[in-house]
Amino acid sequence: MKRDGTFYINPYLGGILLGLVLFGTYYITGRGLGASGAVKSSVVSAVHTVAPVHAEENKYYSKFLSDDASPMSNWLVFEVIGVIVGGFLSGTLYGRLKLRVEHSPKITGKTRLIAALAGGILFGVGSQFARGCTSGAALSGMAVLSASGIITMMAIFGSAYLFSWIFKKLWI
Amino acid sequence: MVGPLIPMGVIPETWNNVIALLLGVGFGFALEASGFSSSRKIMGTFFGYDFVVLRVFFTAAITAMTGIFYFDYMGWMDMSMLYINPYYVMSAIIGGIIMGFGFALGGFCPGTSFTGIAIGKIDAMVFSGGLFIGVFIFSELYPLFQGLYNSGNMGGAKIYDLLGMRETVFAFLLIVAAVGMFYGAAFVEKKVKKVEY
Repeated sequence: MKRDGTFYINPYLGGILLGLVLFGTYYITGRGLGASGAVKSSVVSAVHTVAPVHAEENKYYSKFLSDDASPMSNWLVFEVIGVIVGGFLSGTLYGRLKLRVEHSPKITGKTRLIAALAGGILFGVGSQFARGCTSGAALSGMAVLSASGIITMMAIFGSAYLFSWIFKKLWI
Repeated sequence: MVGPLIPMGVIPETWNNVIALLLGVGFGFALEASGFSSSRKIMGTFFGYDFVVLRVFFTAAITAMTGIFYFDYMGWMDMSMLYINPYYVMSAIIGGIIMGFGFALGGFCPGTSFTGIAIGKIDAMVFSGGLFIGVFIFSELYPLFQGLYNSGNMGGAKIYDLLGMRETVFAFLLIVAAVGMFYGAAFVEKKVKKVEY
């Protein structure tokens, strides 16, 4: 095994590992994995701190505000902290820790960052419509064969395939 | 021990957050070790030069699905107690399309961007910052989206019911389709010019 950052585990092994973690999550907690939900909890919590009345009057934030628990004490927030720790452990093990902007040689770092920001904003909006992202809606939904999981997965990958060719220059 | 363990009361609720953290570590490790901290590796699936996303994603889905069905069949887990994301037809499709657009521009999804942050990718940090802005925009404009967001609720509908299939038949076909895609991916990868990243 090389530690210069070029080594990745076999993708099928990675898939089985991820599948076992997802299965374990269902077996232990009765629900799937997620990612965008932690962002939602943080946004709800931040808005509620800065403008409590506004948050309580807004029909979306108020769905996730309850008197007995802070939205930050959400399961997914702890899970995402774990994701960052796990990613850091793997990055350390395989020698990938490095502060940098990764981009195609055809574009500048600045272009990459603008596209990344726009992509993040769109993903943030889309994940609210779909009630979850690639993890919480698509992957976790597929594991229990839910209609929402399969349909969201097809919509994400189908649309990403189409748009990636339109924005091909960003990548290759 | 019949699962799911926490809803069944086998493991007390107080352990919930510790378990969340530990499962998250496994999730993050599997993503990063597979290469999901690199947006250019992820995007390889759409251009055909690296199908890691297709392989990892579908292997994970069928592994977890098989485990859940097997445990349910053996009586070791009650599948009916699992949380199923409700299916709001138009909202799910439109949300998916918007996410796909974001995927093509950003090269990450939320989970993978967090592993990018973990190894120091500045583009992943900016992408994640965008997520917060996106959620904020959606929430502030919610009155505009409310109708669409709440329309066509089909609850925890299962795909095999909508297709009028037995669940085991659908599960089997999904596995066959996944294996077919793995072969197809290997074939395409050989034809497509390698991209250095």
